[in-house]
Order: sequence, then structure tokens, then C-alpha cells
Amino acid sequence: MFDKSPLKALPAASGVGYKPQHFSEIMSDVAQAICPVGWLEIHAENYMGQGGRPLAQLRHLSEHFPISVHGVGLSIGGEGPLDADHLARLKQLCDWLEPASFSEHLAWSSHESAFLNDLLPLPYNTATLARVGEHIDTLQNTLGRQILLENPSSYLAFDTSDMSETDFLAELAQRTGCGLLLDVNNVFVSATNLGYSPQGYIDDFPLDKVGEIHLGGHDEDINDAGRPLLIDSHGCEVVDPVWALLDHTLARSGPRPLLIEWDNDVPDWPVLAAEAKRGAAALVAL
Amino acid sequence: MSQLHFKQALLDPSLPAPAGLQDGQGSPAGRHFDVYRNNVTVSLIEALQTGFPAVCKLLGEENFTNLARDYLRAEPPTSPVMMFYGKGFAEFVQGFEPLAKFGYLPDVARFEILLRESYHAADADVITPVALGAIAPERLGGAKLVLAPSTRLLQSPWPVLSFWQYALKDGAPRPSARPESVLITRPEFDPTPQLLPVGAGGFVRALQLGKNLEKAAAQAIEKNKNFELSTALSTLLSAQAITQVSLEEDT
Repeated sequence: MFDKSPLKALPAASGVGYKPQHFSEIMSDVAQAICPVGWLEIHAENYMGQGGRPLAQLRHLSEHFPISVHGVGLSIGGEGPLDADHLARLKQLCDWLEPASFSEHLAWSSHESAFLNDLLPLPYNTATLARVGEHIDTLQNTLGRQILLENPSSYLAFDTSDMSETDFLAELAQRTGCGLLLDVNNVFVSATNLGYSPQGYIDDFPLDKVGEIHLGGHDEDINDAGRPLLIDSHGCEVVDPVWALLDHTLARSGPRPLLIEWDNDVPDWPVLAAEAKRGAAALVAL
Repeated sequence: MSQLHFKQALLDPSLPAPAGLQDGQGSPAGRHFDVYRNNVTVSLIEALQTGFPAVCKLLGEENFTNLARDYLRAEPPTSPVMMFYGKGFAEFVQGFEPLAKFGYLPDVARFEILLRESYHAADADVITPVALGAIAPERLGGAKLVLAPSTRLLQSPWPVLSFWQYALKDGAPRPSARPESVLITRPEFDPTPQLLPVGAGGFVRALQLGKNLEKAAAQAIEKNKNFELSTALSTLLSAQAITQVSLEEDT
């Protein structure tokens, strides 16, 4: 079990997923004391080289911002054991950077030697709970810190699931002492795709365990039955219903660190900064 | 349903969605499974486009996409560290029969992997010409040079650098047939390729293998009598490729 040290926590402010093409503008905003973001998040796997520009930029940014390290490749939900090499790389990065937060996903992405580069779904039942719980214990023991686990965006359900996602996450947090990362866009996407109420999901979520909230854009498609099928693309602005779901969440959870994710078709800095400002306004409105 | 079956269906579009999956509202998964299949395929094609921009440009985007799709299904990544995905791409291209007449393409792919390796290699302090100049001339032959971790060498029977420039630089001329030895160094953060003078490729290779200057130069001259040691050394120095110089008896 790991307790979160308050000194290490992210601020309950607006942040963005860091993209290298924004480095100069972010540092220029910092120099003028007009930077609209209070913290930054990076994808752990992009900073696993030995040196060069990525690590130099990260070192520099970490002198000005609390950094959240967000892993996208550990495959915590994988059937096999965690990848020891990858665990060691994550530990090395966290030991070097001493980030304010570390998070990963409730998903799998590797099978035997293949890494599939996507966050793949899990059945929610006691067998999965036991396995994922063990993997989180291993990860937290390796890193020597509490992690946050993120709810996935889902496109399908399993016949073998016998728990709700919210009960599953609550039980995992209880067993392992991990915190949770609540992606409100993922809730909206999964609820639309699988036919449940996004507000109901938030109302069932263990909000006291939430250490960070994600927001992002999604694409819209239709399924075989002609119903909407939303794709978590991180390639556009956050839509109004997701902002409304954020307000619904914050009214119940209180202020939390908020992050805008925009990973594809990355916009110019002013566009991303405007999204971060909208997040900051939602926090101020509380 | 195991993750093995899920993986197999992701990578093989001729397989149906695995059993036991549904759309959350009681119907079979159908297009809901295709979202994952599409995410995997598209994200890996994009990773290859990002990693091999010159190969992509030379082949055209549609041809490259088809090639990349075949490759990712044959050789999905083996690590979540995606910055190095595609190490086997050059060999795959080499064995891809429809591309056999474009013999230079595998080396362009190799070159683009080396650029990525250089970009992510460890930082290192380099020596100045003064450090080399401080060695007594009679002892210089016994000196060993340690090259920066970001240094890479490609000795190609093809005009590999010319093809890379032709693909990515506006106005670069059409390559003419010749072998090219290319040195990649990283003076600060951007890998910088340069064509090596005649014979210098073998010299750099010998240095990488730990030969001292005299032996490395002798090997280079044996292959090409026009090799000039002073030119090769000043190339390495100005490219900030040398991190250490040591005298053999010291080690």
C-alpha cells in the first residue's frame, strides 16, 4: 500500500499533454508569466532513449513544471507477467525525473513478444481482478510509489464480465492502494458505445480515489446497427457534452488536476492553450 | 477467449472477431471489434511513416502504406519503446519481391534507422582539436579515438545519402549511381549526415572496432590509396564526433 505524499501531488490546475513542437512557445509563455498550464504530462515511452533532445527538453521543463509521467505500454492487464525490462525502464525514468505523478491504464497491449500499440479491453471478473491487482502491486513496489490507474475507452464488452467497470476499479484501488485517473472523455465514449449513462458512471465512480482527470477529443462513426460509435482519437477539441460531464464530475469530486490530451493532428500552441484555459475556467467555477 | 485469439484477430483481417465479445447491447461485436483492429494497424503504419519518411516519399504514400501493413502484420513491435520500431524493416524490404528492382531502398531504410538511433543516443562531451594537437606526432599513430555514442556509419554500394536528400530536400538532384559512405554525427540535438571522403568509411569503421590511428589509416590506404588521414581527422573533429583520445600504452 502506498500513501500519496502531498508534496509530490499534481496541482489542482489545468495541464496539457506535452508535445515537443510546443517547447519554445511554452517556455516563452513561462518567461512572460502568462503560461496557461500549471503542469505537463509526458508519455513515458517517448523518453526512454539514452539522451538527445527529448531528455534535454524534459529536464528543462521539469525545472518549471510539475510533470506527470503517463505510461502507455506496460500492459498491466496482460495475461502474462509484466515485462521486467519495461518495468526497469519505467523505474529508471521515475528515479531520474522524480515526477509529481505516475499513471498507467486498465488495459493490455502486449502478448508474448508482440506489442500492439493500443489499449486493449479486459473482461471484468474476479480472475482479471486478481491478475491486475498483482501487476499493480508489482509496479508500485518497483517504482516505490503510488500509481494512478486510468479507465479505458471501450468499444466492446465481454460475455465473461460480471462486474461493472466502476466496481472493478473501486475494488482494485481498495486492494492495491492505487489511485485512479478518471478520463471523462473515455467515460463518454464508452457509455455511448456500450449503451449506459455517462452521468450514472460518474455517480458510481470512487471519486475520492481520483488523483487526475483527463479530457480529450473523439471522432464519431456509426456501428452495424446505425448507432453512434465514438472513437477516442485525441485529435480535436473536447466536445461540449464532455465539458458538461466534467462539470458534473467536479461538482461531486471537488477540484482535481485536469489534463487536455491532444496527440494526433496536434494543433498550434494557442489552440491547445485555449483548451487548457477552458479547463482552468471549469475549476475556477467551483 | 484468450488474449492470444484477440491478438491473432487484430493482426489478421481474414479472421472473424473472437467469440464472446459483444457491442454492449446484446449484439455481436462487429464493427466494435474493428475499431481495435483499425487502431493497431493505423497507429503502426503511422509509426513507420514517421520513422521512414524518405522510404515513404520514394515509394509514394499508397505503396508505402501497403508495404507497412504487410510488415507490421509479419513483424509487430516487440517493445513498447516505439522510437526504435522498424529495425527489421530494411531486411523486410530487401526480401519483398515486388521491390527487388529498387535495390537502394533497404539501405535508405537502414540509414533512417541509424538517424533515429543517433537522435536518441547518449549525450557526450567531445574533444577539441587542441587535445589531438597536444599529442606528440610520433605517438599519434598509437592513439585510439573514442567516437560519440551518437556517431553512426553506413557504407553503402548505393548513393544512399543522395537518395535520402532527393526524397526529403527540395531541389536535391537526382542521385547518380555510385557507392556512398555516410557519417552521421549529432553536434547538438539533430543528427547530421555527411558524405565521407574516399576511403574514410573504412577508417571510421576501423576506429569503431577499436583500432589505433596507424592501423585504421593503413587499412584505409590499403583499400584506397587516395585516403588522407588529416582530412578524415578534421572531418571527425569538426563533426564533434570524438569524445576521447587515449594512447595505447596507457590502456
